[in-house]
Amino acid sequence: MGSKLRRGWPPLAVILLFLLAWQGVVMYGGIKPYLLPSPIQVIQEALSDKVWPRLVEHTLATAQRTLLGLFLGTAAGIVLSMLLHLLPGARRGLSPMLILSQNIPIIVLGPLLMIWLGFGELPKIVLIVLVCFFPITVAMMTGLRQSDPRLANYLAMIGAGRWTMFRRLELPGAVPYLFSGMKIAAAYSVTSAIVAEWLGAKSGLGYFIKLSASGFFTARVLAATGIIVLFSLLLYGLVAAAERWFVRWKPQGEGGGLQP
Amino acid sequence: MTEHALDIRNISKQFGGIPVLDNVSITVSEGEFVALLGPSGSGKSTLFQMIGGMMRPEAGNIMISGRQVTGERGHIAYMPQQASLLPWRTVAANVELALEIGGVPKAAARKETRQWLARVGLGEYADAYPHVLSGGMQQRVSFIRALLSPQRLMCLDEPFGALDALTRMQMQQWLLSIWEENRRSVLLVTHSIEEALLLSDRIVVLSAKPASVLEQIPVPFDRPRDERLWSTPLFNEMKEQIYELLKPANGAGGAGQA
Ligand SMILES: Nc1ncnc2c1ncn2[C@@H]1O[C@H](COP(=O)(O)OP(=O)(O)O)[C@@H](O)[C@H]1O
Ligand SMILES: [Mg+2]
Repeated sequence: MGSKLRRGWPPLAVILLFLLAWQGVVMYGGIKPYLLPSPIQVIQEALSDKVWPRLVEHTLATAQRTLLGLFLGTAAGIVLSMLLHLLPGARRGLSPMLILSQNIPIIVLGPLLMIWLGFGELPKIVLIVLVCFFPITVAMMTGLRQSDPRLANYLAMIGAGRWTMFRRLELPGAVPYLFSGMKIAAAYSVTSAIVAEWLGAKSGLGYFIKLSASGFFTARVLAATGIIVLFSLLLYGLVAAAERWFVRWKPQGEGGGLQP
Repeated sequence: MTEHALDIRNISKQFGGIPVLDNVSITVSEGEFVALLGPSGSGKSTLFQMIGGMMRPEAGNIMISGRQVTGERGHIAYMPQQASLLPWRTVAANVELALEIGGVPKAAARKETRQWLARVGLGEYADAYPHVLSGGMQQRVSFIRALLSPQRLMCLDEPFGALDALTRMQMQQWLLSIWEENRRSVLLVTHSIEEALLLSDRIVVLSAKPASVLEQIPVPFDRPRDERLWSTPLFNEMKEQIYELLKPANGAGGAGQA
């Protein structure tokens, strides 16, 4: 616990310093609040009676979309990776197309989905799912192919068939990779939810930001941005916590991935 | 003729034109402990891979309990050189899995595993993950896993080769005591002459690559055995004799570490 605190110190200090510098620049630099409000002004605006209830409402809308999209995207990514792994023919046929599909910018995908699926909740969820499944599929497929050849040899020698090999060796071995993919997907899911809301929605932080920006309510834009950042961090933390539980069989200090 | 636990007849195998096994025949009787002794690189692991059905010989047959099993998998209980425990399964779950793959019903596998782990002093590690165990402990689990597997023939491939000398001696004692009260048919690969003499009923000496059977030596010591054997004159005499056999002059390569 103590070492965790010690490691948490430098990034926290940097953030604090950044906020202080920002506050100082705005206060003593004579910058107009509609261009750049100070952190304190942003917080005051966020907590004001007029803004706070709306922020809460939009945050909940965004959170709901993000979580649903991330969940469905993860499920789709897992299923797809397993199919591609178990059917080598499908892997060879589909992989190039999958990679190509990632070159379509989501800013283009959004309007297309709205043309095809209407203006309801569906195209937004689909957008998040489409963005999330890819890192999951790629990470999971890598994991499924990484199994230790010595373990595979042992299991084959004692008579394990293809299915046992998959279920007992390849699948559990891919779990740490799945979590690496999920950490990326978690970040993507928030961003794509915001984009989907920006492109056409009547709720959510993306919608709120678009509205506030067009009215030059810069403090509100920044307040919503702060919430997005905090929400992303929370999501990452949740995935990391789930990882620690599911991958508790690994020796300490071997956990891969980005440092939160 | 009697039905052997393992009957390898005239096996030959080559890799890319280079012969590795040359007309090798080995039998293991029911309840017999046979040690396969040969220099490293002579083809002992290759032989095991063929008994396990992972590859086919170019010539020859493999019979287990009287059945032709050449090229078939799943007929042996196996203990590889590395413990090969699944890191995400607890010790007990690892043992249970091997039993289930061998066809033991889940409930029976559970019960049997718990009983045996406790009996051999590994009870407190039943629910631990493998990475907290020392190398020696992991090999104990690996041995118990093979011992409890329903396949009748146990194949142990240099099970203690990766352990330090002291741990190795303790493990030999431990294995001996368990095996002597639970006699299974065993084929043990080793490159340690002492290990072969201490544990086995018969030693099959292989030549260097391409491996052929140089000699079969019955081990006359009474059971139960223990480490006092090491200092008896006969033990040392036989050790010398086998050492002479394995000397490069006799067509065997350097009997070095694996
Ligand atoms: N799959 C393989 N392909 C080519 N050569 C192999 C293969 N497996 C083993 N060999 C060769 O066969 C010989 C015997 O190897 P191995 O059976 O592992 O020996 P041992 O277990 O007696 O030390 C070695 O020279 C090794 O290089
Ligand atoms: Mg070997």
